Amino acid sequence: MKVLVTVKEVAEADDDFAIEGTDIAESDLEYDLNEWDDYAVEAAVQLAEAGIADEVVTVTVGPERAEETIRMALAKGADRAVRVWDDALAGGFADVASKVDLFEAVVEEEEPDLILGGVQAADTGFGATGVALAERIGFEHAAVVNHLDVDADAGVAHVHRELEGGVEELTDVDLPAVLTVQTGLNEPRYASLRGIRQAQRKEIAPKDLSDLGLSAEEVESALTITEMYEPESESDAEIIEGDAGESAGRLAEVLRDKGVGA
Amino acid sequence: MMSVLVAAEHRRGALRDVTYEAITAGRELADARGADLHVAVIGGDVDGFAEELDREGVDAIHAVDDGEEFDHNAYQAAVSTLADRLDAGAVVLPNSVNGLDYAPALAEDLGAPVVTDAVGIDYDDGLTVTREMYGSKVETTVDVAGDRFVITVRGGEWAPAEGVGDATVETAEVDIPESGARVTGFEEVGGGDVDIADADVLVSVGRGIEEEENLELVEELADALGATLSASRPIVDNGWLPKNRQVGQSGKVVTPDVYIAVGISGAVQHVAGMKGSDTIVAINTDPNAPIFDIADYGIVGDLFDVVPELIDEFA
Ligand SMILES: Cc1cc2nc3c(=O)[nH]c(=O)nc-3n(C[C@H](O)[C@H](O)[C@H](O)COP(=O)(O)OP(=O)(O)OC[C@H]3O[C@@H](n4cnc5c(N)ncnc54)[C@H](O)[C@@H]3O)c2cc1C
Repeated sequence: MKVLVTVKEVAEADDDFAIEGTDIAESDLEYDLNEWDDYAVEAAVQLAEAGIADEVVTVTVGPERAEETIRMALAKGADRAVRVWDDALAGGFADVASKVDLFEAVVEEEEPDLILGGVQAADTGFGATGVALAERIGFEHAAVVNHLDVDADAGVAHVHRELEGGVEELTDVDLPAVLTVQTGLNEPRYASLRGIRQAQRKEIAPKDLSDLGLSAEEVESALTITEMYEPESESDAEIIEGDAGESAGRLAEVLRDKGVGA
Repeated sequence: MMSVLVAAEHRRGALRDVTYEAITAGRELADARGADLHVAVIGGDVDGFAEELDREGVDAIHAVDDGEEFDHNAYQAAVSTLADRLDAGAVVLPNSVNGLDYAPALAEDLGAPVVTDAVGIDYDDGLTVTREMYGSKVETTVDVAGDRFVITVRGGEWAPAEGVGDATVETAEVDIPESGARVTGFEEVGGGDVDIADADVLVSVGRGIEEEENLELVEELADALGATLSASRPIVDNGWLPKNRQVGQSGKVVTPDVYIAVGISGAVQHVAGMKGSDTIVAINTDPNAPIFDIADYGIVGDLFDVVPELIDEFA
């Protein structure tokens, strides 16, 4: 069985940041592997270790810089990687459908039996790509999976979906399927030194739009970010100033007033 | 005339609050477009639900009798069929776990763009959605091209629809295809030693604590204050505290007199579980952390400096 893992490099804003136009200034962003995707990678590697998956391939939409993040997934045990990028993708804000166009083309080449991805990306928080992809390629799906047990012989994934308020739904999903995974599914490993060394020799295949048989028009986004701003704080929070001792002292007064510690 | 379609959400026999909020958002959009507002309810006690859904501003309710609980295949098929039948220009769904389990597929199916987790919707010639990015540190406005969309709306952003309306109620026949995903049951998680929902004072710890060993520090604070210890999700995912200590959308909803968030950023799913606390205190190094937006008292500072001093105050 072949497992494809969608891996995203996400941007996180520094504590102090400036907004330039419709994005945060590049110098105030730091990049990392999306937290939710880390759990997806771990799940795939565990399937390989259990002899259920024969190959784990990651796919990323991102510029060359993203290879640092991809290497992290390779160091944790993915076999090889595909990285999709094209100058036509730079600058704009990709909508779900255009990302699905790219992933669909990769799925056609790779023909995976199972696709895993994080339930959402930490930067844009859309939480939609996996389920949309499943619909496009005719796979079954389940979103917000926090327990996974693959029965390859029966062609079924037994999953738990985490609902709100501490309730889980138990679902059987026929393979091939796309599952979007939730944190808590497993314990993502740290990359070992050996893994990091090995990752250097693993393949990251770059693909542009023409490699995937797509045109720039086909992946045009329906979404345009027109403004970005710091949200107006509706709070009337009293920020307690001073060094640690002073502020703790003042907070202690407030808490005592509320009857805490009495 | 183009209409707006909202799909209701229910679980274990009860409509969920987000349904009524989605109805309000749908009504606003319908008003801006001069359109009718239709509500679909799928599965469960559809007749009983239809009665409850007849709130002010709802023009028509469509009941699709299929199964007891949520099944994404049935929901997608029903909403997609109704959207075509009613010439719906917009479909509005709750941005819930189940909403996210079919809204993106529905959008694919309809060939319409999907915008999730909306906190604001404007319609004037075209659709503009307000969303947050970068962990709620910034807000964006997003223009959506086209004249048909699927939008999921964040819980708690729109007032729930109220009053009694005079909607027409119809039973809708829809072909539901065989499903390759079958719900086999539900499981309650959590339980355990303490119920954080009962506590008057909670000291809640987040990823800012960095290491499991450091938990001792907040345990000491909780002891000194006579408080109960709770946590954000990463602490529970790491196995540092049991699931019954998790505050948030997928954890417990708590409403203590005092909630002290230590090293917690205030992600929307966390806030969903604690925003009803009487007094909220946040200790965080990041002045832009969204937790400060809902806090009553804040200290912008390092918890490893502030918490020991606070323990001393109460020792
Ligand atoms: C479907 C779904 C359901 C979810 N359900 C829940 C839920 O029920 N509950 C929940 O909590 N989350 C939930 N989440 C996860 C949520 O999105 C966040 O990932 C999570 O709440 C972040 O936890 P945190 O604030 O502890 O960590 P982070 O977001 O990493 O924040 C850590 C904070 O600590 C601060 N910090 C760092 N060092 C220090 C220091 N030395 N002193 C002071 N401050 C410091 C940082 O500035 C930062 O603000 C859910 C997510 C999804 C997708």
